[in-house]
Amino acid sequence: MKEFLEGSAAVARAVKLCKPGVISAYPITPQTHIVEELAKEIADGKLNSRFVNVESEHSAASVVLGAVATGVRAYTATSSQGLLYMSEVLFNIAGLRLPLVLTCANRSVSAPINIWNDHQDSISMRDTGWIQFYVENMQEIVDLHLMGYRLGEDKSIMLPVMVCMDGYILTHGIETVDIPTQEEVDRFLPAYKPLYKLDPQDPLTMGLLADPDYYMETRYAIQETHKDVVKLIPKITQEFYKVFGRQYNGLIEEYRTQDAERVIVGMGSVCGTIKDVVDELRSKGKKVGLLKIITYRPLPCQEIYEALKNIPKVAVLDRALSLGSYAPVASEIKAIFFSKKIKPKVISSFILGLGGRDITKDSIKEIFRLLNLKEKSGEFIDLKPELLRESIHGLDA
Amino acid sequence: MFGPLIAKPGTAKNNKTGSWRIEVRPKFLQTNCIACKMCVLVCPEGCITGGEKNTYICDYAFCKGCGSCAMICPKKDIIMVKEGSRE
Repeated sequence: MKEFLEGSAAVARAVKLCKPGVISAYPITPQTHIVEELAKEIADGKLNSRFVNVESEHSAASVVLGAVATGVRAYTATSSQGLLYMSEVLFNIAGLRLPLVLTCANRSVSAPINIWNDHQDSISMRDTGWIQFYVENMQEIVDLHLMGYRLGEDKSIMLPVMVCMDGYILTHGIETVDIPTQEEVDRFLPAYKPLYKLDPQDPLTMGLLADPDYYMETRYAIQETHKDVVKLIPKITQEFYKVFGRQYNGLIEEYRTQDAERVIVGMGSVCGTIKDVVDELRSKGKKVGLLKIITYRPLPCQEIYEALKNIPKVAVLDRALSLGSYAPVASEIKAIFFSKKIKPKVISSFILGLGGRDITKDSIKEIFRLLNLKEKSGEFIDLKPELLRESIHGLDA
Repeated sequence: MFGPLIAKPGTAKNNKTGSWRIEVRPKFLQTNCIACKMCVLVCPEGCITGGEKNTYICDYAFCKGCGSCAMICPKKDIIMVKEGSRE
């Protein structure tokens, strides 16, 4: 049924439909509304789940790790500093091969403290072994949570999934969302059956010491499994289509890239703005397009290669930095094309929208304009040079 | 694909920690032993066995050569000898 919902409420509705047995989280802006809503559902007796109050995100992540280890479906959500505080446990959850869904309300990282949106928090967690989705709008948020559980809990995968949604823009924005019925969700997502679990009646050890004779194989196995994830996602989105009637590629989305001469590669809610600009420029006869990356981990390299190989000029947008090096998404897109014969003439890299600075249609048009010039590497868009000084002496004088 | 992830109880026996021994190993003299079992209690690998006086011995497949048994023995009946020596 179509409902007019805040993004956080939409997530809570989707999670409720997945019937997690344990939810644990610690409040942090802009994620808080999600677990507030879920806590309310439990308190009102509408969701049969255990909400565990904790003193920190590190504990929240540890609680859900333990819950999944005992064979229960679990859920948590966080943001920014909270995600970083979880980071040690995030590596463990993936290393132990425990399927879990975590919603990351993307927010910048301190210092200076800033509660607004960019991708630095989750991009910093890209090497944890988690599957990462970046969503554009409210409907994708709902649908990718359902697909996240289905994917992570697949017997051949057994990996945690992070659904990344732009803080405020998506968590606090309000849109019409099609919320599926419980019957539909039950048909798509069966109850979680663990491959192994902690049980006093049948004891086993998880996360035991792996000395140099054993450790490397555990990491290799995750690396190989991520290749299986790329193959499985299109099958899951196909099954999703059969039940819910909405079609996704799941890995990437190509928007008017056929015959395009200039294409922007982006992730998250900014793709909505880019689509508007693409439509506007197309109506004026400009051959422009968008490639949206939905699945960032595993990176669907082959799909991205096929989508971009014949595009003369490509701009990659990053809303995060790897300070001291090339921008994270851009460096990976460039890596895909290194040593390839057919490839774009120009792959320019742009950094924008850090700490919640608005990405306007003009910002996107500026990028399309700059794409006509020579290749840019890590060019900042909408930067205010007047705020910068060469020396800190006499800063306030 | 999965790597080694879980273990059932008792699988520590698969780890032959004797390979950790690098310089010295304990030698059980079996002459002044009073069967106090202190060596059995302090052994971090639990690899020392014995019953009556002068019957105690360790399993070198697991002994790490830490020397705790020689240190604790009240009768100095366990000594550490150089690895590879004929003692």
